[in-house]
Amino acid sequence: MNAGILLLADSRLPTGGHAHSGGVESAVETGVLSTLDDLTSFLRGRARTAGPMLAGCAAAACSLAAADLDRWTPWDDAVSVRILVPALREASRAQGAAMLRTALRMWPAAPLLALRRIGRPHLPLVLGAAVAAAGGGPAEAAALALHHLIGGACSATVRLLGLDPIDVAATQARLATLLEEVAAKACQEAETAVSTMDPAMLPADGSPLPDLHAVRHAQQEVTLFAS
Amino acid sequence: MHREDSDTLVSLAGGGLPRGKALRIGIGGPVGGGKTALVAALCRTLGTELSIAVVTNDIYTTEDADFLRRNAILPDDRILAVRTGCCPHTAIRDDITANLEMVETLERKHDPDVVLVESGGDNLTATFSYGLIDKQIFVVDVAGGDKVPRKGGPGVTRSDLLVINKIDLAPQVGADLDVMRTDAAAQRGDRPTMLVSLRDDPTATPVADWVRAALDTHPMR
Repeated sequence: MNAGILLLADSRLPTGGHAHSGGVESAVETGVLSTLDDLTSFLRGRARTAGPMLAGCAAAACSLAAADLDRWTPWDDAVSVRILVPALREASRAQGAAMLRTALRMWPAAPLLALRRIGRPHLPLVLGAAVAAAGGGPAEAAALALHHLIGGACSATVRLLGLDPIDVAATQARLATLLEEVAAKACQEAETAVSTMDPAMLPADGSPLPDLHAVRHAQQEVTLFAS
Repeated sequence: MHREDSDTLVSLAGGGLPRGKALRIGIGGPVGGGKTALVAALCRTLGTELSIAVVTNDIYTTEDADFLRRNAILPDDRILAVRTGCCPHTAIRDDITANLEMVETLERKHDPDVVLVESGGDNLTATFSYGLIDKQIFVVDVAGGDKVPRKGGPGVTRSDLLVINKIDLAPQVGADLDVMRTDAAAQRGDRPTMLVSLRDDPTATPVADWVRAALDTHPMR
């Protein structure tokens, strides 16, 4: 794996992710998530629902950037229609803008500049294009999308619940097979979407509870995380 | 490639995004030292002569922003709040992206002379990255103990201005202001330290003067 991809995997890279809990804060507040077992179920659920969409969009964006795509709007719209809650669309765009700022400074590549022309593009598109700029491929983009989905939720859980961070790391490690399966399937769907240049073919999985939690979170006066 | 693109590319490769003329000042320090009171004081004192905007980084709520709004010190749309995910120091030092976004939004909208970035209350080791701000003020208070300047830490030793607030409380908490002044000078060399009471002087006159002087030498002006 090349050094640029390792940078993109590192949560120390300044991309705004630390302020987002991936739905954990609201799940903790509503009592759905309070133990290590809950976390395992939560992460498996997220990997199967939010996972394919994020991984598929990142993988497609990586292939599109490698082909020097200039017009990203239809793909950005496709991500928007896959995120039902306005607050989550905003969270995706805020993190996309943050990652784009950093990625552009690291690799001022034409597809990243093209993404910036649409303003604040969605996170998985920026991640995919950044992977391409770093010399990586769609499989790595998909893996990274899942890595950050799970990693962000895990670190928020440690901060909010005080769970043993070593147990949480072990939980993450046990998800590896599932994540590889999700990434592989998402890559296939991304390939179909890219080969037909049809963003509608991107994965569109989801589940209602995290969406309802996100609506609730956005209405709270007191929150530690932006989403 | 469009000309606009190639200009952008050059500026990105040069390491900086295009930025407005505003002097960006970070205001950091431990919980309860008077960061928000100082922001309010600076807005009150400088608000008539300068265009000011504020980004707050409260740990828990938008309370700091609400405080400024309630006191009608700044119009609503000149204050933006950042959520920090339990890590206020991360948002001002290690991952400044969310704060930069807010600063730039305010600069685009208002073209202010000064943007004040107030950190969430943290500890003595929390400082701003100079990627986010041009100058930083570290605020501690007398009630936190007169040993604070001696303990040092990057906020005390390297901030551009150290403000020691609540000197009116020194007799009540048994703090020796001379010790604090001497220790601060020993830690900071030539960097200035100001002992103030924002309760007795809610205009923060000496700090406002320091901001005016910093603005005069700001290279973007």
